[in-house]
Amino acid sequence: MTCADSFFAYAFRALGYGERLLPKSDITLCDQIFLIGSGMMWNVYFALIAILFGFVFATALAYARVNAPPILRWPADAFVFIFRGSPLFIQFFFAYELFVQIPRSGFEISLGFMTLSASTSWLTKAWLGATIVLFLNTSAYSAEIFTGALRSIPKGDMEAADAYGMSGFSKFRRIVFPTMLRLAWPSYSNEAIFLFHSTALVFFSGFPAWRREADGLYYASYFAESTFNPFIPYPIIAVYFIFFTLLIVGFFGLVSKRLNKHMAEPPKVKFKLGAMLTR
Amino acid sequence: MFEFCADPKSIDGLAWLSCYLTTPKHASMYYSILTVLGLLFLAVPPIMMLGFAGALARRSHIAPVRWFGLGYTSIVRGVPDIVFFLFFPIALDQAVEYMRHKIKCPDVMGSVYQGNDFVVCQAAKMPLGTSPQWIHEAWGFTLAIITFAIVFGAFTANTLHGALAAVPRAQLETARAFGMSDRQTFWRVHLPQMWVYALPGLSNLWMILIKATPLLFLLGIKDIVYWAKELGGMKTQAYAYPHPDWRVWYFGALLVFYLLLTWLSQRVFDRVFARASRGMAVAR
Repeated sequence: MTCADSFFAYAFRALGYGERLLPKSDITLCDQIFLIGSGMMWNVYFALIAILFGFVFATALAYARVNAPPILRWPADAFVFIFRGSPLFIQFFFAYELFVQIPRSGFEISLGFMTLSASTSWLTKAWLGATIVLFLNTSAYSAEIFTGALRSIPKGDMEAADAYGMSGFSKFRRIVFPTMLRLAWPSYSNEAIFLFHSTALVFFSGFPAWRREADGLYYASYFAESTFNPFIPYPIIAVYFIFFTLLIVGFFGLVSKRLNKHMAEPPKVKFKLGAMLTR
Repeated sequence: MFEFCADPKSIDGLAWLSCYLTTPKHASMYYSILTVLGLLFLAVPPIMMLGFAGALARRSHIAPVRWFGLGYTSIVRGVPDIVFFLFFPIALDQAVEYMRHKIKCPDVMGSVYQGNDFVVCQAAKMPLGTSPQWIHEAWGFTLAIITFAIVFGAFTANTLHGALAAVPRAQLETARAFGMSDRQTFWRVHLPQMWVYALPGLSNLWMILIKATPLLFLLGIKDIVYWAKELGGMKTQAYAYPHPDWRVWYFGALLVFYLLLTWLSQRVFDRVFARASRGMAVAR
C-alpha cells in the first residue's frame, strides 16, 4: 500500500469516508499519520464550536456576576463554581449518563398550529453531547477570566464614559467590552489552548465512537494497542497538537495586536506561564 | 454488615439502602478514595523535585542543560496531558522490560518487536508472571506516580521558574553587597523570597492535580471512576441488590466529592496566602 493509497483510505476516515475497517496488519507510517490527522478534525470541530459559543455565554456570565442583581449573580456564581471545581473527565461521564436517561423517543412540543419533535438521541452522540459539555466547561473558565478583567477596568474609563453621557448598552459596547477583552486576552488565549487540549478526553469518557469515527487520540491509542509500539503514534499526535497550539497562539497574537493598537506599549500575548495555570 | 441485611430482597426503603451502601464492593469504592488521596500525596514530592530540577535547568549557565529544561517544559505544555498519561505507562513499562531483557536473557536473539507484538523473555517480565496480584497493582501505581511526576513536574518547573524571576533584583543585589557568594545568595535570599510568588501558581497546580486524578482510571487502576462504572451499572435479579442503571447517580456523587475536595483546598490555600503574605506589600 503506497502512501497515496493510505491517504485516500484514511485521510477522511474520521468523517466516515474511505476505508470502512481500520488498518489491522502491515500498518505503515502513512496510515498512522493520515488516520490520526483525520481524527484531529474532530478535535478542531469540538474546540471551535465550544470556544465560539462559550465566548458569548462567558461574557454574559461575567457581566451577570459583576453587575447583575443577586437573583442572576447567584446562579452564575454557582455555575462557575461547579464547572471549575470538578474534573472535566467526570463531567463527561456524568453528562453522558444523564443524556442516556432522557427518554429516547424525544419530546413532542406542541405549538398549537404545528408540533416540533425534538430528538434527544443526538445528545448521546459525541458531536452534540460532548460539544455541549465542552461549551459549558469553557464558559465557566472563561467567565472567571472575564470576571477578573471586568473588575479591573480602570475607574477613570467608566467615569469618562459617564461624562460623555453614555449609558447602558452603548457604554458596554464601546468601553466595557473592549477593555475587558484587552485585559483578559492573555489568559483567555491560554484557556483556548487548554480547551483544545481537553477535546482529547471526549472519546475516553463515556461517549462512544460511532462506527469508530473519533478524534486523533482515539486512533493514536488504537495504533499503540495494535502495534504494541507507543513510540510512533503518540509522537505523531503530539506533533499535531503542537502545530494547532502554535496556530492558536498565532491567531490570538493577531487579535491582541488589534486590541492593543491604541496602547503605548502593547503587552505581548505569548504562551504565558503564570496566567495559563488558572485552569 | 448489619444483621437485617441477611436477606436483602425482603427489605426495602432506608434499610435496603443502608445495606446496599455497605456491601463489600461499596467498601472497595470507599477504599479507592484512599487511592486517590494516596496518589495526591505520594506524587507531590517527586513533582516538586522534578519541578525544581526543571526550573534550575532553565536557569543553568550551561546551554545544553538550559535547552533541555526549556524543551521539557514546553513539550509537556504543548501536548494534552492525557496523551502523556496514555504514552508514559506503556513506554516506561517497555523500556524497563527491554533493559531487563538485555541483562537477563542476553542469549535471546532477534528484535523485541516481532510483527505486532512486543516480546521479551519470561524472566524479563515486569513484574514477573508469577508475582502475586498486589505486586502487579503496586507496579501499575508506581508507573502512574512517575507519569504524574513527569507531567506535573513540567508545570511546576514553569511556576518555579517564573517565581524565581519575580524576586526583586534589589534583594539579590543587597545580598551580594553583604558579601554573600552566589550559592549563599541563592539559598539564603533567592529561594526563601521566591515562595510568596510561587504560592498562587502552586495552589493552582494542586487544583489541576486534583482534577487530573480521575485519569488514573485510564491507566487501568481501580480508582473511584472504575467503581462508579462497575457498581452503577444495571444489576439484574441475579444479584443480591438488583437496580436499574444508576451510573448517573454515582457520577453525580463523584462530582460532589471533587467539588468538596477543591473547595476545601481553596479554603486552606486562602489561609496559607494570608499567612505567607503577612507584612509583604503584595497586592492581592
